[in-house]
Amino acid sequence: MRVNVTVNGVAHSVDHVWALESLLDFLRERVGLRGTKNACEQGECGSCSVYVDGVLVCSCLVAAVQVEGRSVVTVEGLESGGAVHPVQQAFLDAGAVQCGFCTPGMVVAAHCLLAGDPDPDDLTVREELSGNLCRCTGYQKILDAVHLAAGRTGAAS
Amino acid sequence: MLRPSSWRGAMLLRSQYPDASPICGGTDLMVDINFGRARPPTLLDLTSIEGLDSWELLDDGRTVRIGAGVSFTRIIDELSGLCPALAQAARTVGSPQIRNRGTVAGNLATASPAGDSHPVLLAGWAKVEVESVRGLRLIDIDDFFLGPKRSALEPDELIRAVLVPAATGPQQFAKVGPRNAMVIATVSFALNLDVAGGRVGTGIGSAGPTPLRARAAEQMLQEVLADRWDAPSAVDDSVARQFGALIAEAASPIDDVRGSAEYRRHALAVLGRRCLSWALADLETGVAA
Repeated sequence: MRVNVTVNGVAHSVDHVWALESLLDFLRERVGLRGTKNACEQGECGSCSVYVDGVLVCSCLVAAVQVEGRSVVTVEGLESGGAVHPVQQAFLDAGAVQCGFCTPGMVVAAHCLLAGDPDPDDLTVREELSGNLCRCTGYQKILDAVHLAAGRTGAAS
Repeated sequence: MLRPSSWRGAMLLRSQYPDASPICGGTDLMVDINFGRARPPTLLDLTSIEGLDSWELLDDGRTVRIGAGVSFTRIIDELSGLCPALAQAARTVGSPQIRNRGTVAGNLATASPAGDSHPVLLAGWAKVEVESVRGLRLIDIDDFFLGPKRSALEPDELIRAVLVPAATGPQQFAKVGPRNAMVIATVSFALNLDVAGGRVGTGIGSAGPTPLRARAAEQMLQEVLADRWDAPSAVDDSVARQFGALIAEAASPIDDVRGSAEYRRHALAVLGRRCLSWALADLETGVAA
């Protein structure tokens, strides 16, 4: 079946989508955006976090056919004009990347958190990123990155 | 792919395509699909139905009708005043990503003994509004759960809403698991002090084939509180302990990967006692009344 969806601002019309295909597989295999990672396929790890109509979701738990007519933003959609987003830059600067597999999901979840709460305390960051697992256990640097991004965004505004 | 935009359309499609799997948040169904445990011929997507994602306080001023598409996130953000224990339970569901998609109606449709909203719905004497082309019916929450992942929902029916009486006094929800987030309850417990009705409601999760009500505990506490709803400080600690013991007694837990039956009973006694202490403290200070 056909799915019409806007991904990172670009309209896509994709044929032959499997009725039970996840949005995660759709984004990676049909649209060719492989920043969104596939790890657990059961909503436990957050590696596949994306926005659907502005809401943070695990793309493995959304059926591709459910995004018909909707707008999806992936980690690739956060950069603008070839420049990485301040949240992405903060992850780089804080050394919040080890193997890197959880990073895209972490970045999208952190982006969502800071959009709603520009200066979160530590407990809030832990709570809001609780659905994103880092198998390298590099959580401290990830917390640092979120606070760094918050500080920079706050200073800029 | 079936994608009704109206409730009437959903009813018709449900009856025409009985093998289609209803999907809303997808947080249960998609896991089964991803792991090859479910292969429905098609999906009945409920996320485009007008009005399904709204809630309202009914004209009686006492009943909150929560549409089947209302996410746990919105219950936390919008209903913590009217339905405090439901909001507390919603806060313990999965992670932000899961709470953004998951719904109370989906919790009910899956009917897992561990569903986080179930103890609260039992404690609050909720009703499930279900409908098919044959008509609409309200199912008392006590009649809804039939067994592990089995409910009174008929194959041609869909859950349209959940009717939850607004709190008239303190409510508490507590859950035990190995970490704060992304946890399926080892056990959970909800307590509802219905001050207006002079009643006590309870609900136990993850400690039996279905979510359970602890009738003896409710009865005992109702009798103790009968003449002192206004002076709960007169309720001493031995009552809280007895209450906890009766909660544990009402459970019929099993040993499984999440915990032993013995641990579950112990934890329920603790949760029962703690929830009662918190609720009595709230009653004393007038919180949530």
